[in-house]
This record gives sequence, C-alpha cells and structure tokens, in this order.
Amino acid sequence: MIEVLSPGPLSTVQDLGRPGLAALGVGVSGAADRRSLRLANRLAGNPEGAAAIELTLGGLRVRFARDVRVALAGAPCEVVAGVRRRLLAMDTAERVASGEELRVGSPSAGVRTYLAVAGGIAVEPVLGSRSTDTLAGLGPARLARGDVLPIGSAAGGGPPAAGAELAGAFDVVAGGEPSLRITPGPRADWFADEVRARLAATPWTVTPRSDRVGVRLEGPALERAVEGELPPEGMVEGALQVPPDGRPVLFLADHPVTGGYPVIAIVVADDIPLAAQARPGTRLRFVNRR
Amino acid sequence: MSEVRLLPCGERAMLAEVDDLAAVLGLHAALEAAGLDGVVELVPAARTVLIAFDPARTDATAVGSEVRALDWRPGAREDGPLVEVPVRYDGEDLDDVASLAGISREEVVRRHLAGSYVAAFCGFAPGFAYLDGLDPALRVARRDSPRTRVPAGSVAIADRFGAVYPRESPGGWQLLGRTSLSLWDVTADPPARLVPGTRVRFVEAE
Repeated sequence: MIEVLSPGPLSTVQDLGRPGLAALGVGVSGAADRRSLRLANRLAGNPEGAAAIELTLGGLRVRFARDVRVALAGAPCEVVAGVRRRLLAMDTAERVASGEELRVGSPSAGVRTYLAVAGGIAVEPVLGSRSTDTLAGLGPARLARGDVLPIGSAAGGGPPAAGAELAGAFDVVAGGEPSLRITPGPRADWFADEVRARLAATPWTVTPRSDRVGVRLEGPALERAVEGELPPEGMVEGALQVPPDGRPVLFLADHPVTGGYPVIAIVVADDIPLAAQARPGTRLRFVNRR
Repeated sequence: MSEVRLLPCGERAMLAEVDDLAAVLGLHAALEAAGLDGVVELVPAARTVLIAFDPARTDATAVGSEVRALDWRPGAREDGPLVEVPVRYDGEDLDDVASLAGISREEVVRRHLAGSYVAAFCGFAPGFAYLDGLDPALRVARRDSPRTRVPAGSVAIADRFGAVYPRESPGGWQLLGRTSLSLWDVTADPPARLVPGTRVRFVEAE
C-alpha cells in the first residue's frame, strides 16, 4: 500500500491508456510522456505499461506500507526517503523501506516525473486502464491527501533494466529550445503557404494554460485561408489544431476524440515526450520532417 | 461508390473525407466489414473517418490503396442493432424548440417520435452518439448559453442531430425529455449502448 501524504500540484495514476475506444468517444489518455513511463517501469522491473504515478511539477509525498523497489524517470527532481532524508537517484532502481516517507521536490527541468513501484499501482481499472482521463472524467480521481493506493503484482518485466540498456533514454528533458518534427496535417491546405512556413520559422512559447489535454502555444497568429466551419473530425495525439485565434494547441494524451478546428500539422510520435515535458515559458520549434 | 479523399494525419493515421454523413456511414460500415490488415481503429465523424493503423504492420500507402479499392455505397447498414429508447417528454426546452420550429409542443414530440435514427458517430463525451435521422422541421440551433450540468439520460436535439446524454455533463443541446435507459456502463462491453451503426427509435415512456 502507498499512502498519499500530499499529492503536489497534480498527481494522477497513468499507464498506457485506453487505445481502440475512440469510436465510442473514449480517448486514449495514459502517460503524457510515455517514454518516461516506460523507462520508470523497466527500472522498477515492471512491464512497460504498468500503472505508475505521473507527477506534474513534482511535490508528491507518499509513505510505503512495505519494502518496495521504486524508480523515478522524466522531469528530474530531488527525491529523498526516510527520516534521514536519504537521496534517491533519478533513472535508477531504488529501495524504499516499509514506513518510509518518500518526498519529491520540484523538477529542475521538465514538467512530468513518473514514479513506478515494483508490481505497479493496482487501483481498479476502468475500460482496461488505470489512467485518469482528465478531460473525459474517466478512471481514478486525481490523487488526494489520504488516498491509499494498492500495490499490484504486475509481473513479466524481468529483472530491473540498468546501465547500458538505458543508454539514450535520458534525453527526454532536454534544455534549451526543443525541436519537434512535424508532418503535414489533414487541413494544412486551410492555410496559405507563408502561414505554413511561419509555423516552422518562428519559435512558439508554451503558455501556462497547458495541461494533459494539450500544450497551448503563443506566437504569431496562424490565420486561415479558408473561411467557414469545419465539421468535427477525428483527432490524434500530436495534432496541432488551430482555433480561431490562430494560436495552435498541440494535443497530448487527454485530447478530445474529435475536434472542429483545422489541424495544420502533426508532431511525430517520438517527439511528443518533448512537448509533454515543455514547461510554460519554454520556446519550442517545429521542423518539417523530410 | 462515391469519392474518398485521403488526407495525411501523421505516421499512424489518415483521414478519409467523403461528401456527407450518409457517405461516412457507408464507408465506415465497409471499413468495419473489410477489417483491413494493420488498421487498429476507425473513428467516424460528420464528414470523415479517421483510420488509425499500426505502423509496424502497414503504412499509409498500403492502407490508402486498400481504402480506394473498397466497394461501398452511401448509407447506414440496415442490419445494425436496434435500441428502443423510452422517453418522458418533459424537457426544459420543449417550448423553446416549438417556438423556434414554429410548431406546437405536441408536434415536436410527434415528429421526434416518428424518426428512424442511426448513431452516426460519437464525440463530445464518452458514449455521446450523434443520431442521424432528425426530422428537418426540428433543426434548431444549440442554446445560446450552454448548461453547466445536463443530467444523464437527457434526450436532446441540436442542428441536424439527436442525442441522449450518456452521463451528466455540461451541454448546450435543446432538451426534449429524459430516458431511464442506461446508455453508458463502464462494466459493459461495449460500455456505450449507442455505438456507431446502431439504429435508434424513441418511444413514449409509460
């Protein structure tokens, strides 16, 4: 069991979500930065898709009711355990003893940190997933003080991943100006050539109104060449949807299943973790994938 | 067979655009029946079907040529499951709808009951199906200011569609009445009763 002493700004349980139900109006949801979730699970010895805790800007305090192996990945935070405030490393399998409190500070970069616990977080699944879909209101509620989370027996992950196996996995929280590769969206032709060029030519600033639904961007307005209404159509993660104010929204895990604004471009799947880890104020660039 | 325009939608999907909702219903039914290799998800909408595929098993070129080769006709399949929805017509917007449509309250109910509907696509919220087949005389706009809370089971109309709110949610559709029929159950498979292709008839509740 894990007792939540303080959830921080926003902590939710996340796995790889509910793929395959979009025709019923149910989005995928799941970890916003899947790469970091997978890494934390591998380090903890879990299957990659086991449920873990997704922390938004850190701040989580939990107490464990038994000895357990844990791993944290994603946005790097100072993590301490026990009364002697033993420092735990990121991206490493660590042990926490029964009765010990684990405190996660604020990330020095990035937004989302994943705390995986060997065996997985065993809250009741909803439609095959333990993820909280913040938009649709499906799955467990966001974590609150006093919550008690069962630890499962998710097996099959093999021995914890370590060392060279993980080479190259730590670049998720890159500093500076992340570059995200894009491909043309279904409604790219709703925008003039120079507007499409502007998308890739200018830096975009992540606004504080960003959340698990999408990264809301500030920059020169992308005005449409086509007037009129777009009937709602299916949306995908990574879509750059352009509302009437011309400021694109980059859809993340909890994006709506359908949307009625034109999608100018799609961020490639491998670069979505960079978007999910971009904090307000970060400048992003889009580059056309050749 | 009518025309399909295939629009790019990233590495794992494409958007098939057709002329109208009837064509969506026809193409969606044909895609479901065809079970194309590597296609993992179909999301019908008002004028499009999003076709998601597993890039490890197929690619946009292969899926695109298979979609173009499909034989299909506009229109819903006639053998979709049929759901009867019992309605108590006591909705808060009945009078507004009657006045917008220029007919009596009783005529609104009569025309709503007379329709044969089909769940064309879901969106807005889990299990929220857009029902095609609304009498054109009942085409009214959404409310100017949406309600913050519409109860589950609310039977509503807006624009060219009918709907039943599967769960409590905010909403701007015009409310005609309520049903006690449960349309959303996370322990059921599928959780939504009105999946795309389901035929729907409304009957007056006792």
